[in-house]
Amino acid sequence: MMTTLLKLEGIETYIDQFHILHDVGFEVPKGEVTVLLGRNGAGKTTTLRTIMGLNPATQGSVTFNGKDITKLPPYKVAKEGIGYVPEDQGIFGDLTVGENMRVAMQKEDDSTHERMEWVLNLFPDLKTFWNKPGGQLSGGQKQMLAIARAYMNESELLLIDEPSKGLAPIVVEKVMESIQEMKEKTTIVLVEQNFLMASRIGDRFYILDDGQTVHQGQMNELEKDESLKKKYLGIA
Amino acid sequence: MDLFFNLAINGLATGMLIFLLASGLTLIFGLMDVLNFAHGGLFAWGAFSGVWVYDLTGSFTIGVLGAIVTGLLLGVLTEWLIIKPVYGNHVQQILITLGFMLVLSEMLKVVFGPNPIAAEPPAGLEGSFQLGDVILIKYRLFIILIGALVYAITFFILKKTRVGLIVRAGVMDKEMVQSLGINIRFVFMLVFMAGSALAALGGILLAPYSGVIYAEMGMEFAILAFIVVVIGGMGSFTGSLFAAILVGLAQAFMAYYVPSLSLAVNMLLMAAVLIFRPQGLFSLKGGA
Repeated sequence: MMTTLLKLEGIETYIDQFHILHDVGFEVPKGEVTVLLGRNGAGKTTTLRTIMGLNPATQGSVTFNGKDITKLPPYKVAKEGIGYVPEDQGIFGDLTVGENMRVAMQKEDDSTHERMEWVLNLFPDLKTFWNKPGGQLSGGQKQMLAIARAYMNESELLLIDEPSKGLAPIVVEKVMESIQEMKEKTTIVLVEQNFLMASRIGDRFYILDDGQTVHQGQMNELEKDESLKKKYLGIA
Repeated sequence: MDLFFNLAINGLATGMLIFLLASGLTLIFGLMDVLNFAHGGLFAWGAFSGVWVYDLTGSFTIGVLGAIVTGLLLGVLTEWLIIKPVYGNHVQQILITLGFMLVLSEMLKVVFGPNPIAAEPPAGLEGSFQLGDVILIKYRLFIILIGALVYAITFFILKKTRVGLIVRAGVMDKEMVQSLGINIRFVFMLVFMAGSALAALGGILLAPYSGVIYAEMGMEFAILAFIVVVIGGMGSFTGSLFAAILVGLAQAFMAYYVPSLSLAVNMLLMAAVLIFRPQGLFSLKGGA
């Protein structure tokens, strides 16, 4: 039976005077990759930021693991077990790779060390450049660091915002392979413009348009639905 | 040569006093994005409360501790009552902290009286050493030593502890630090308290150095501290040390060789930095 890990209902979010999200709602099943699709400005990033409490919802509810987290500040949302990889990766440029990872570690016990070992095996570049400032990494390495760091924060759910943005195709391939491996360990909500990549690793999708959820379904269904892809994603 | 050394020691001592004020200011600005013009008020309160405790107990060490405690308490109150409601709004911050600076200065007159108060170094730090032709005044060396010690301890905390790591990360990206499960508001409060305590320490150390303290001294030094923060690079702790020493030395040498330029030299230094390196001499935004 499918267990819902994250549930959004009737979310309304404003940024300053702008009404960005209108009645957004979706469910994220445990152990799956849920992909948020939509054109630029559809409200995908704001949805992730609303879940994190960075742009809190004015109406509606966000439930994680059965607990209402709508009004929690970002640090408490993170402590509940939600890791966030923002669009700009949020790397602390003057801190080394190791220091970037250490900021995310809430404690140092066996389980943290196991996580660290696993994630460094997944992203061996991070081990190689452990003492290099984060700001000097390549785009792909920064993305890997951002994902690894979010995972180190004892996350049961990872919110990843456009991991392929600005990366060379070969690097995108590598990042996507890593995310696919992360599926084994954690649930993922992925915002992605690259439909091919999203369809490869996504289990289900939600399409956002003008701040509303307009379609949902299994990823393999969307792959066959040319009219839907054309209408909302601009894919001919 | 002895003149050069004397001026250098004098400049270094002044620089270290400014550093104590500016280091807190740079961290508060870098981490919290807060323009705190009331910082000089905490410096003045540190001087007055420290001298009062020193007079009361006869112990300079207890006087220093008294100043630090005053700084910590005023820091908590300032952050909670004055800064918290205006986070994210620089115009409001400037207005309210300038206003609070005036309140702090006037409150000093209410509590300690309107007249300047004299202060002397403790017996062990009076007098001087003679090194060849060079006269080294003990209290100035003491200030340089304390400044260096404060730099070393703070640098160690910033570089080697988890709190320091979070502060450095927070200077770069507050939002991301929160998203990693860290209560940045609590870190803000700790940094504000530490910055206020450093300012108060600077205040009590200045008292025997200048020989007299007065309620308006906070504003004078706050301006110097802001100049240092701009020259050093906003958010850079090491930058504030170098800039403070630079300002202290420039002031000392100019006061001797070109007295008419001694006040203008700091402004000229700041203008030069703003023209040629607007991000400051140490542009790294990592707080260390």
